[in-house]
Amino acid sequence: MIPAPVRYARATDVEHALELLGETDAKLIAGGQSLIPVMKLRIARPSLVVDISKLELRGVEIQGDELRVGSLTTWDDLLGAPEIHRPSLAAITECAHRIGDLQVRNRGTVGGSLAHADPASDMPAVLLALEATVQLKSPKGERAVPLVDFVLGPFTTVLDAQEIITRIVVPMPRLGSGSAYVSVEHPASGFALAGAAALSGPDDGCRVAVTGIAAQPLLLADEDPEIALETIEIFGDRFAPADYRRALAAVVARRARELAAERAKGDA
Amino acid sequence: MPETLELVVNGEPRSLEVEGRTLLVHALRDGLDLTGAHIGCDTSQCGACTVLLDGRAVKSCTVLALQAEGAEVTTIESFASDGEMHPIQRSFIGNHGLQCGYCTPGLILTAADLLARDPDPTDETIRHSLRGNLCRCTGYQPIVESIRAAGAALREGAAR
Repeated sequence: MIPAPVRYARATDVEHALELLGETDAKLIAGGQSLIPVMKLRIARPSLVVDISKLELRGVEIQGDELRVGSLTTWDDLLGAPEIHRPSLAAITECAHRIGDLQVRNRGTVGGSLAHADPASDMPAVLLALEATVQLKSPKGERAVPLVDFVLGPFTTVLDAQEIITRIVVPMPRLGSGSAYVSVEHPASGFALAGAAALSGPDDGCRVAVTGIAAQPLLLADEDPEIALETIEIFGDRFAPADYRRALAAVVARRARELAAERAKGDA
Repeated sequence: MPETLELVVNGEPRSLEVEGRTLLVHALRDGLDLTGAHIGCDTSQCGACTVLLDGRAVKSCTVLALQAEGAEVTTIESFASDGEMHPIQRSFIGNHGLQCGYCTPGLILTAADLLARDPDPTDETIRHSLRGNLCRCTGYQPIVESIRAAGAALREGAAR
């Protein structure tokens, strides 16, 4: 399969990328692991692809009480980042380890995945549980959007046509926290039939987010996953009907909570 | 509208004309006549088109050729030198890691990425690394054994 004809431009910095995005039907490309497949299927037919893969938006650092992840950080970069190797952030590596495959993790980026907003993508659940914020830049200026407000639905976000994700910011969890990501994957596609991320704090409080079961990853509103899942409109298909997904989501949510609470004990 | 792509392939600077939509695998196969990167599924599932891009395994059907501007690309064609096969190639032959051979170049490139980072991987790590490479002949066990043995051969070579 060959994409429809498209022009290619390599951006030299964020401002240049935003300028190039001024063209109608221009699209950003970084790792291309979501965009190129849909271009090959001709579901996406941009007139121009703006390559941002060489911009300096890559890397992981802890600044004060924040974990900052550059939008061009790959899944493989996350796996190699010592900053994340702690019980409170364990869900990030646990999730990144299972995304796609080795080749996809070498190319695919955190920002690209968030912008693509596949309803079954794994990392948004983790970042929701960790209360992440997405930092955006456009010609109008910068803004920070909590992830919970960033995704509007399947493959739809609040991003303006001429706007770019620069960074994902995670507040460092308090001492004595643990996190975990547990999913059951479709064996062929690798996408989550149901996935759950949990952040367990030192005071027994717990935030749980789920993915793969609804139009978008979402935070559970109740401590009891089964009660919380009752109010969610669950998606079903020939692989996993809605009732099955609901039951599976309750299982992975419970497992994620237990694992996160267990890890919290080791966060000293 | 064709553009000039300049990159280093198997250690040699190369230059060719590509379109914005040209995929790296097509640039290698049709533009440079390097047909070792195979097209299997063409949907980023099977890994037969795997090459190294700046040392890391990627599916060349899911990279735009122009994204490789200035990069170093390594394909299976560079593995044997002076008539001597690479230890990973020898290990695949010695351990029956292939039957029809269609997936083999991709598997060898994935193994090269894995073993460069983890010279002594566990079987679990090997299996996890092969998630993106499909083989319809072997049932994978001989491939795991091939990579395990290749790791040992490379470690021995490095120690000598």
